[in-house]
Parts: sequence; C-alpha cells; structure tokens
Amino acid sequence: MSAYEERNVEPPTTESGDVDGDAIEELLGDHVLDREDHLNADAYVVRADAVQDVLQTLRDEAGFDHLSCVTAEEHEDRFESIYHLKQYDDPTNEVSVVVPTSREEPVSESAAPVFRTADWHEREAYDLVGVQYEDHPNLERILLPDTWQGHPLGLDYNQDKPQIVTFEENKNPLEDHARGGEDSDTMYLNIGPHHPATHGVLHVETVLDGEQVADVNPDIGYLHRCEEQMAQKGTYRYQIMPYPDRWDYGPGGIINEWAYARAAEDLADIEVPEYAQVIRTMGAEMCRIACHLLATATFALDLYGDFTAIFMYGMRDREVVQNLLEDLTGQRMMFNYLRLGGVVWDIPEPREEYFENVRDFLDDLPAKLDEYHDLITENEIFQSRCVDTGYLDPEVAKDYGVTGPVARGSGVDYDLRRDDSYGYYDELEWDVVTEDGGDNFARLLVRMREIEESARIIEQCVDLLEDWPEDEREIQANVPRTLKPEAGKETYRAVEGAKGELGIYIRADGTEKPGRFKIRSPAFSNLSALQEMSTGEYIPDLVATLGSLDVILGEVDR
Amino acid sequence: MSSDQPRDSITGTSEPLTDTREARMGEGVDSRFNSKLREAFGSTPFILTKFDKFMNWVRGSSMFMLQFGIACCSIEMMHTYSVKHDLDRFHAGVPRASPRQADVMIVPGTIVSKFAPRMKRVYDQMPEPKFVVNMGNCSTSGGPFQEGYNVVKGAEEVIPVDIHIPGCPPRPEALVYGVAKLQERIANGESSPVTVKPYELEEFGDLDRDELVQKLADDIDEETLVMRYNWADSP
Ligand code: SF4
Repeated sequence: MSAYEERNVEPPTTESGDVDGDAIEELLGDHVLDREDHLNADAYVVRADAVQDVLQTLRDEAGFDHLSCVTAEEHEDRFESIYHLKQYDDPTNEVSVVVPTSREEPVSESAAPVFRTADWHEREAYDLVGVQYEDHPNLERILLPDTWQGHPLGLDYNQDKPQIVTFEENKNPLEDHARGGEDSDTMYLNIGPHHPATHGVLHVETVLDGEQVADVNPDIGYLHRCEEQMAQKGTYRYQIMPYPDRWDYGPGGIINEWAYARAAEDLADIEVPEYAQVIRTMGAEMCRIACHLLATATFALDLYGDFTAIFMYGMRDREVVQNLLEDLTGQRMMFNYLRLGGVVWDIPEPREEYFENVRDFLDDLPAKLDEYHDLITENEIFQSRCVDTGYLDPEVAKDYGVTGPVARGSGVDYDLRRDDSYGYYDELEWDVVTEDGGDNFARLLVRMREIEESARIIEQCVDLLEDWPEDEREIQANVPRTLKPEAGKETYRAVEGAKGELGIYIRADGTEKPGRFKIRSPAFSNLSALQEMSTGEYIPDLVATLGSLDVILGEVDR
Repeated sequence: MSSDQPRDSITGTSEPLTDTREARMGEGVDSRFNSKLREAFGSTPFILTKFDKFMNWVRGSSMFMLQFGIACCSIEMMHTYSVKHDLDRFHAGVPRASPRQADVMIVPGTIVSKFAPRMKRVYDQMPEPKFVVNMGNCSTSGGPFQEGYNVVKGAEEVIPVDIHIPGCPPRPEALVYGVAKLQERIANGESSPVTVKPYELEEFGDLDRDELVQKLADDIDEETLVMRYNWADSP
C-alpha cells in the first residue's frame, strides 16, 4: 500500500467507544513485550527492531494515521522512544508505542519509512537525547550545530563543557548526485538565517535550477532556547507557566499556556471551574485572532515585499487585541495568565467597560475583514502569487503530521477544539473552517475565516460571562501549593494552537518537577512538509509558501 | 464626511484653500521659517560649528535600522515600526533588509550558539559608524533562558552594544525611549568602546590544541571560521 493512498480503517473499539486495548495487542502479536498505562492512552512496549512493523500495522490495519509526536528520554537503565499515535478522523482514539533500548547501545529502528513526519522528530530525539535510529534516511543533528558534543537532555550531560561552532558556507547538496557533477547548472542559494522572508531566524537551503526550486531543506535551530530543559527545571505549580508564552509568540500565549495546563491538570487530577474555562476560552480565541492577523500581515509583507498598507492594518488591529489582552492579563504579550486549576485573576473591573471594549472590537471586525478581502484576496496580483502555488495534498499532509490551518487548507477536517474538546468549546456554537484548495490561497482563506469563527466564540463567551451570577465566579480550583504527581505517571495532551496541534508530554518522577517534558510543536511538523510543497515551483512561490505556513521560529526550535 | 462624496471646496472654487493658507501664513515673510533654530542663529543663515559635531547630529537624526527579527521581542519591534508607535517620527523608522544599508542594529531576541556567528557576520557587514541596541532581557543577559545549555548570555558577548533596554518584551514605548537615548548619545559623539569580546570568530587552526579541538580536528578544516564557547566562564 502506498503511503499516500487514502485509508479507511477504523480502530477496534469496545462497546463504550474507547479503543480496545486487547484487540490491538492481538493485532500486534508477539512484537508486544509489555503493556503500560499512560493517562491518555494504552501504551505497548515493543522490541526495538519491530518499530516499522508495529507502526505499519497500526496505521494500515487499525487506522492510526497520525503520528503526532515522538518523545525520547533517558532513564537510569535504558533509553526510551515513545511514538504517540492518533487518528485524524477522531483524535480521541490514541495509542502509544514505547520502544526501550539499552543504555550501552541505544539503537532502535526508525519509523521514518512508515511516517514521513518521524524523520524530523527522530532527528530531534537523536540530537537532544542521543537515541540512534537505524534505517533513518538522514540521522543528523537538527537543532544543535553539527559539531556539538554530547546530547544535552541525556542524564550525564555536562553543560559547562566548551563547544565549538563553525561558520561555513554551505555546500550544494545536489551537486554530485542529482545534476551530473561538474557540468551542473544548479545554483545553491542560502535564504536566511537573517532574511526578511523567513519570519525570524530560519535558514532555508535552496537549490535552484534556473528559477525553479530543485530542492529545499529548512535548516532550523537558530532559536533553540532549551525550552524543554527550562520546563524540566521548573516546578509544576508556578515556574513552568511563564515559558509557554515564549513558544508561539504570535502571541499564542494563552493557548500555549493552556497546552501545558491541560497536560498538568490531567497529571495532577485537577478540575477546572467552569467560569475559569469560559475565561480561558475567550482569552485563547483572542490570541488566535492576534496570531492570524500577524500571519496575514506578514504574509502580505512577504508577497508585496514592503511595509504596505495591509501590514500596517494588521498591526493596527493587533494593537486593539493586544490592548484587550493587556487589560485582561496585565501584559501585552507574555501573559502568564493561566494557573493550574484556573486563571490568575478575574475579568478586570469595571467589568461592563471591559465587555463593552470587547464588543466594540467584535463589532468593528467584519468591516475590517472586508477591507482585508478588498486589499488582498480580491487583488489579482495577489491571487496570481498564491492560487495554485505551494500545493499540499491531504494525504501527504497527514503523512507529515501537518495540523492546524495548513491541514485544514488542504481539506483535512481536523480541529482539536471540536474533535478532542476541552475548555468550553463543545458548549458553544462555531464551525471548523476547511478549504479544499490545498494551496497558499486556501491557507490564507482558512485563517481569515477562522478569525470570524473566533469572534463568534468570543461573543458567546462574553454573553456567558456577563450573566454569570456573582457568587459563582470561581476562577481557580483549590490546588495545593506544591504538586507532586506520582512517579511513573505519563501523559500526552494536546490543544489546538494557532498553528495546529500543540501537544505536551510529561512524565512525572515523584518530585515537584517533571522528569521529562516534551513539546510537540505544530509549526515544526508543518515546516517539515515545505520540501514537498515547494520542489518544482518557482522561487517566489517558495517565499509565498513559507509565508502561508506561518511558522514561528520560537515554536519550531523551542 | 466620507471620501466618496467630493467636497465643495475641492470641486468648486479654490478660495477656501487660499484662505486657509493665507490665514496660516499671515502677512509678510512666511513665518513658518522662523523656527526656534532660526531665532537662535540670528539674522544670518550661516552657522559655524565643528564638522564632527554636525556629522554626529546628522547621524543621530537619520538612522536606518536593520530589519532583523530574532524572537518574541521582534513582534514588539514590528509594532514599534508600524502605526500607533511609529518609530519613523523619531527619524529611525525605515528598516533596511540589507546590513550594508543599515547603521543601527536592534537585537530583539535570544541568541543561541548556532546563531551567534551569523549575527557577528551581519554586524561586521554593516558600514561604520554603526550602533547596537539590545532589546529585551534575552539579548542583554540571556533573560529567562540564561541557564540553557545553548544560550549565549547576552549579545554583548559577541558584539559591542550601545544601549540596553530591559523588559520581556520591552513595550514599544520603551524601545522608542531607548532609540531616543541612542540618538542623544550619537549626537554627543559617544559610542560604546570596541573591545575584544569573549566570543570571536577565529580560524580553527588558531585555536589552542586542547582535547575538544583534537577531537574535532578531522571534521573541521584549519581555515574554517569557528566560534568557541567556554560555557564555564560565562556569567
Ligand atoms: S526578552 Fe523575553 S520577549 Fe524578548 S526575546 Fe527574550 S524571552 Fe522573548
């Protein structure tokens, strides 16, 4: 079966609709060594040389077509790689595959031939933790420089060791094998890491054949700020929460915080009061609007190449959202507003005034969006830049673990707010936006229409909050000062970030700090599909595609 | 009044316009030229000053920034450039994409080991005289990520810096203030002293032959430029 064919297999389920663990164990046969219970799903411990078999079986015969994350970690006695699998049609169907390897020889089979997305995830696991993947197409460091010594998330890494980083011109990777050596007429082009079109510090190694892109390889890691290490050094209750704000600084702050909160609340068994959930939902959607406005503004900046009206309009409208968020949280970007079990404080007083401001913003929005449509989507020049460029096939998208507006722009109907509902989303009325185009234009349209949906959600939240009886406004559950989830508890939980599925894996080790904290970044997976979308197209289309992916490097590199 | 209904004043007579202009100018010589500056000069249109001083004043009053985004702070930097905060009001608002056309570099974000050599190169490509504004805690000291294994503890480890703006991220107002302070310094002819920085680009062959260098000797050519991080000595 080719990797890109559509599959219509459903996972075996029990009568209550959950995934049937025993049936899956049977399906995998004697590859299974053991079973573990993770909070989010059943986990099967399998042999290190059967990874491809197991994943292929799970994909083709049980319908788990979304490899959402690969976590690697080092224990006292072994290395472990955990593959978190889901189903695009119903992400509540989850299963984890745990692959232990010995400490002396941490070699396990690569999943990249089965899921393309495993390519980058395993490179990261190799880079930071040091697990070797056999049969991997290109097992190199991805976040740290090639000459780095040691694996920083390993147990015996010494952070004070000196390191040497080279500054070299990059070579033409196609020179020898693809374009006939000496007479090669391809040209190697470095885009970035300092380049206006890369949205930060991304380096795109591009090989051009005339004006056409022959090959492209995003080189990331120029903003690898050790977010996972920082989280592993912090205590659950207070010290971790400020960091999520700095992953997707679009600012997806509240959404990111929610990702951490959701995982940690799951781990520590905390119920969040309904009132707080409504506030969270409202805040998260404001963040989403700000993110999508930024994406639209910078996309136009990429295409028009200058600080034109549309960029300024985007910034103007973001100022309004940022003011609302500042009133709510106290900061313009780095909110640190969520707490485990709720939010830090209530809507600012006077409440009526705040709600009025929010409503004013919502009332102005439709006219503003019309303006955007006038300026960009109806502009012929703009259309010719993005209609039918950067095409991403839905099945290819799934293979690369693509989520969020990028997936929805290819017609993949996947939105965790609806499919794996959290917060207050399932009580509200809103629609998941999809477009079938699969091109740059479709992705832009998805974002712009999502702004409208987010506005709908905010409006309903404001209605609810306004009428909420005063004595039931509970903003935080009762959470102990120090949290020490039981050792060995593991969970992987995701929320729908502005860029897609933002997942957190936490393993508790019995202390008040996580034993392992892994961030599944949507932009990381989305960016890995760039090659698929741009090869064979013109170089200006590559820039457009990059813009429409809306990567935030803080989130890609973490 | 909406713009799709033409105003009388434009389609009809030009009188209102002339009236306004005359009312504004008053009689006699156009008083708009009688600025404070002019008053200070007295009746002569010539001024006598040191050429250096004049150049410094010009430099401070016409700065081209490098369009340079690194991390979260760059979002606030974009806000500073655009409507509402509009850095252009302070003669510093046109970001240039090429370092060769820029004279001020705002460093808006965390600098990590892989990026520092590139940033050094971008800085080297800017023509003299050049100035650096550190925006945010990260570029000042590593900020919230200071303890990270991969994070350079501030841009000052790599390039000379004139102004530090604290905050995470600093508000646009703070950035405007920082830039204004820089202009003041430039006008006074001050700039940060150029000193040897802890981290420099060197040829690999020039490094002391210690254990690490021996180990990498097969992978790196003698002439390759490298940056060596001595994390243990970092602040
Ligand atoms: S100072 Fe704060 S806002 Fe600025 S780059 Fe660092 S973490 Fe981001």
